[in-house]
Amino acid sequence: MVEQKVVDPDYLILEAPRERKFITGSQAFAEAIKRANVDIAIAYPITPQSETMHLVGDLWAQGYVKDYYRAEEEYGAMSAIAGAVRGGARAFSATSGPGLLRGLEAIVSWPGHRIPAVLGVMTRVVNAPLSIQPDNVEIAYLLHSGLIVLHAENQQDVFDFTLAGFPISEKVDVYLPVVVATEGFFVTHAKGYVELPPEDMKLPPRDPYKAPVPPTDCEIPPARIQRDAPVQKSNFMSYLIHAVWQQEVWSANERARKWIKHYLGGLVEVVNPKAEVFIVASGCAAAQGREAQRYAEMEGLNVGLVKVKSIRPFPAQELREILKDAKAIIVPEHNIVGWLCKEVKAVIPNGERVVEGPRVYGGMTLPVELIMDEIYRVLGIKKEKKTLV
Amino acid sequence: MAEEKVIKPGPAGYIPKPAAFLGVDTPPPGKALLYGEVVDEETAMREAAKAMLTRRNPTIFPGPLVLWGYNTSAIEKAKAVLELAMEIPNCRIIPMPDYRPKYPKINPEAEINPNHPNLTILHNRIEACIFVGVHCHYANLSLRMIRAGTNCFTIALCAEMGHEDAMVSLRDVHADDIRRFRDVVVEMRKELGIEWEPKLPPENPSLPKEEWTNLSALDFGEYAYLLLPRKGEVVEESE
Repeated sequence: MVEQKVVDPDYLILEAPRERKFITGSQAFAEAIKRANVDIAIAYPITPQSETMHLVGDLWAQGYVKDYYRAEEEYGAMSAIAGAVRGGARAFSATSGPGLLRGLEAIVSWPGHRIPAVLGVMTRVVNAPLSIQPDNVEIAYLLHSGLIVLHAENQQDVFDFTLAGFPISEKVDVYLPVVVATEGFFVTHAKGYVELPPEDMKLPPRDPYKAPVPPTDCEIPPARIQRDAPVQKSNFMSYLIHAVWQQEVWSANERARKWIKHYLGGLVEVVNPKAEVFIVASGCAAAQGREAQRYAEMEGLNVGLVKVKSIRPFPAQELREILKDAKAIIVPEHNIVGWLCKEVKAVIPNGERVVEGPRVYGGMTLPVELIMDEIYRVLGIKKEKKTLV
Repeated sequence: MAEEKVIKPGPAGYIPKPAAFLGVDTPPPGKALLYGEVVDEETAMREAAKAMLTRRNPTIFPGPLVLWGYNTSAIEKAKAVLELAMEIPNCRIIPMPDYRPKYPKINPEAEINPNHPNLTILHNRIEACIFVGVHCHYANLSLRMIRAGTNCFTIALCAEMGHEDAMVSLRDVHADDIRRFRDVVVEMRKELGIEWEPKLPPENPSLPKEEWTNLSALDFGEYAYLLLPRKGEVVEESE
């Protein structure tokens, strides 16, 4: 283990010199955890998921992570995260697909209980027949619970979002869990270039007293499994307390905007802001959209890209502004339901401008040509189709 | 269409949108919020002082971070709160000692509870109040319910980043800042021509005389078993 010194989060994330490494997405998660001063990692790391939690286990063995708890299954893992974080620890877990859904009841209770933690989600499809291939439909299940949901395009994003996830999550005015989602296999198992700050630096430890709620005493019985709250006792309470509690979770989600801007440079990234046609995409679809935008530019077409980094909070205002003069908006996705398309349509005027797709799912790759076909179609360009035999 | 971003005393309605949904953000360091707009601390303090001096039944609601002597700064802050209370004519102090739901109900003259803070406000006809030392989550719940159902002018003296749903919100407030606010209160009181000899607020009506000489484990109610060894139990070691 390398001796690490505590540095300011702003320095580590925004200013420290970086060195380029060629690593997988799972390794990028682990590199972030190595520098995040994590107290405990909790998981039920089955195969096939990704090797992320195995690599984090190695970090524990080396001494970078103070404790590692292998739970009995995902519900137990996610409940244990809640307990550890309420007691003052900084915690990390990662899961995917069916495991995510098994832990979902516990996960969606985190925001209401003000649990600042970071959860890696390597999307892996949840529908039957079961697949282990990338498909990000499970992100749709996370969008209505108050969680902060960031969607990483590549290995670099995985590292940056995960490391920044801890200070964002632990800001007193936020204090919500941060999900860092990325496509399994395409990102977790594939290598890409990642700029890493020095490994002899780490975030300051979590200060559980810098919080909008008191930390829970986990040592002196009676052990409390939830905050003192009307949650279990609503027959005595005004319904308004439940209402304002939910409002507080979503207000905190709103407050996260400024910290996402601070640490990640914004909720969106825009390429060619004066474009006539935009591709709006997140995660791996943004990588393919980026290629499509490059192809289009080479062909002299005025096409732009909006990469949505933060799904929750959703960049509604940014999209309204960027897309106000767009003739058409193409939303490629790695799922069948089109959750991003629905989100985009809901926040911009003249929703008929939105092209619903292309979409691939069940583990299919997303060829750039599919996006190009939509660009040609909306621009009225006729291309001769070649039949490949 | 954008909704009006003005956070003023209610009643704002059945379930008003929280200020954060209307686009109100917490103030940057060195600034304050007044009716949802970012202003200088001095401006916000003057408006808060005016409210506490001119509206009916001004009350300070200290929370656990002031009431419990966690550390020297908490104790100093509690002293500063008392100094502030002395300068506000007929000010009362009603504590929010913890955040538990209380059954069957609280005594609204003695306590305010985040699960139904409006009961204390309405019972005592409080039209101006200060939250200080309340953890942000619970302060926000309370401020929203108060704005929804009462006409109380709310002031948040926050040690962290501030509160969008208060009419006046100051941030990074510690003992020295409370004393600075006290000075603004005194200055405003003179400007308004209000005569007042500083004195402490009345005692809390619910507080029994503290008597610890006859304390028994049974006084701990449902927790008594934690203190009493069970029959035959021998505790040989503890952590």
